Amino acid sequence: MTDENPYQPWIAKIISIKEEASGERAIKTFRLEFQDEEVKKKFTFLPGQCIMVSVFGTGESMFAISSSPTQKDYIEVSVMRYGKLTKALHLKEEGELVGARGPYGNSFKLEEWKGKNILFLGGGIGQAPLRSVIDYCKDNRKDYGKIDIVYGARTSRDLCYKDEFAEMSKKDDLSIHLSIDVEEEGWDQFVGFVPDNLKRLNPSPENTIAITCGPPIMIKFVIQNLLELGFKEDQVYTTLEMRMKCGIGICGRCNIGNLYVCKDGPVFSYDQIKDIQGDM
Amino acid sequence: MEQLTLPKEKLPELLGEIGSKFELVGPIEENGFLAFRKINDPKEINLDILLSRVPPKSLIFQQTETLFTYAKGKDSKVQTPKIEETKRVIFGIRSCDARGFDIIDPVFMGKKEGDYTDPFYTKRRNRSILIGLSCNEPDANCFCTSFDDSPANTKHVDILFTDIGDKYYVEVVTEKGEDLIKKVSKIFSKATEKEGNIRKETEKAAIDAISRKMNTEGVVEKLDKMFEHEFWVETARSCIGCGICTYLCPCCHCFDIQDESTLKLGGRVRVWDSCMYEEYTHHASGHNPRPSRMNRVRNRVYHKFNYFPKNDGIFGCTGCGRCIDYCPVNIDIIEVIDKVKEVNV
Repeated sequence: MTDENPYQPWIAKIISIKEEASGERAIKTFRLEFQDEEVKKKFTFLPGQCIMVSVFGTGESMFAISSSPTQKDYIEVSVMRYGKLTKALHLKEEGELVGARGPYGNSFKLEEWKGKNILFLGGGIGQAPLRSVIDYCKDNRKDYGKIDIVYGARTSRDLCYKDEFAEMSKKDDLSIHLSIDVEEEGWDQFVGFVPDNLKRLNPSPENTIAITCGPPIMIKFVIQNLLELGFKEDQVYTTLEMRMKCGIGICGRCNIGNLYVCKDGPVFSYDQIKDIQGDM
Repeated sequence: MEQLTLPKEKLPELLGEIGSKFELVGPIEENGFLAFRKINDPKEINLDILLSRVPPKSLIFQQTETLFTYAKGKDSKVQTPKIEETKRVIFGIRSCDARGFDIIDPVFMGKKEGDYTDPFYTKRRNRSILIGLSCNEPDANCFCTSFDDSPANTKHVDILFTDIGDKYYVEVVTEKGEDLIKKVSKIFSKATEKEGNIRKETEKAAIDAISRKMNTEGVVEKLDKMFEHEFWVETARSCIGCGICTYLCPCCHCFDIQDESTLKLGGRVRVWDSCMYEEYTHHASGHNPRPSRMNRVRNRVYHKFNYFPKNDGIFGCTGCGRCIDYCPVNIDIIEVIDKVKEVNV
């Protein structure tokens, strides 16, 4: 990602790794620090933007940055072990080097949303981009109204950022509503899907922006329920995903209709995508 | 625009001179097909076959390209390979193929503030001097005129050669072209008005010889209305997903990026890819937004005749006819667009 070659990543060190979820679909949060002081200093991004992470010898993949830009010393990506690249990344240890280039894509309109309530609706690893926004709002708490975080996963083992939620719930400046899909011993919060938890909570659409990320089926029913609750189409935001290679709008593969998710997205309002014609 | 002529028998002398001063690339016959290759002996050049099988886009947007190399492990180091920047002359390029560059330039070189620029494409594009050759006898599936182009268009090249019998009529279009001509100018004569008229008549005869026409009027709007139409299932039925239509298209620009490495060293390599392949959009999760041929054929047609016009204001087709000529199951893009227009929505 030098000025001359946008495909060339910078070298970044994995300074810490945190296991968020275990099992077959394990999730780890990698904290990365650019090795070049100049790059470290000038790298800036906005919540919602993505970064291309390289494992040399395996390839690279695009991830949402899951840390907030208010944290300037490092960036984090939360990665589910799934395909070739994520499996290779999960084998990496603290202190090892990877490549990173970016940031790419558009972002959540946090400047525009100052003074509004924000309702987060996340599912599984879909919480990663939302975490960036949540941390940003926490660090600029007075700029935003009521903050509600609705987050769910299949089992308690699959929930990310558990200790962070525990920490947040000690304060009363935001509300957290966790859920798991099926009953578990010791679970005292909601059991059921995120769209159902949303219905139960029955939030007011007034002066509120809803942001949802998660599996496509969850997003579909979350949006349906939001509209039923009286949210307008331009109050609802989500992110779209496609396979990517270049990340800079050239290689052609991440199009949905005439939009390229890598540069026109990943953040879209429901208003923008409800009538989009394209394979998703 | 300077108008010159060159006696045909002097062409080898001219190309020899160009070859002594610049890297020279031109069309030669190779395994029964025309291909653009580095020219060592001007006699190798073949101007009888109209179109190369692989379009000369491969000279600028190479089929494989090492984007950078790296050392793995503790001293991970990345390095961009040097891209040659000395001038290169591409001789004998046809209007449609030269126009292909005009179509994909904004994709690789950016069109607005903040767009990324691909340095490999951009440097090769800037180092290239295009000497076009007018097509006097278009092929059966040529339809460049459907896009307001002409087999003898000066717009896309630096210099244009037109065969007017015993001479080439030479039009020097750009500054780059002028610079080149200055270095070899002794060999040319000033063109006469009569020769200019022959050149015009030659172009007119070539235009008249083009028998196929793609009717693109209203196609962008029509496609907006028929994304979900069963027409696409029918259209894709015979496609075998070989991808030849994309590989041989002067406007297709999609690529894959792969790592190739040994234990300690490696490189990240870009290779041409095709939207006609199942793997192209296959997510790691197993989900595929374009799981069937229907989705992929539809995407190809939409990219060229709906998305390109919306994003860049131009159709992603030059009318070269290669996808028609080489399709193993005779899918004919002109017929597809004709049928699009007939669909009732």
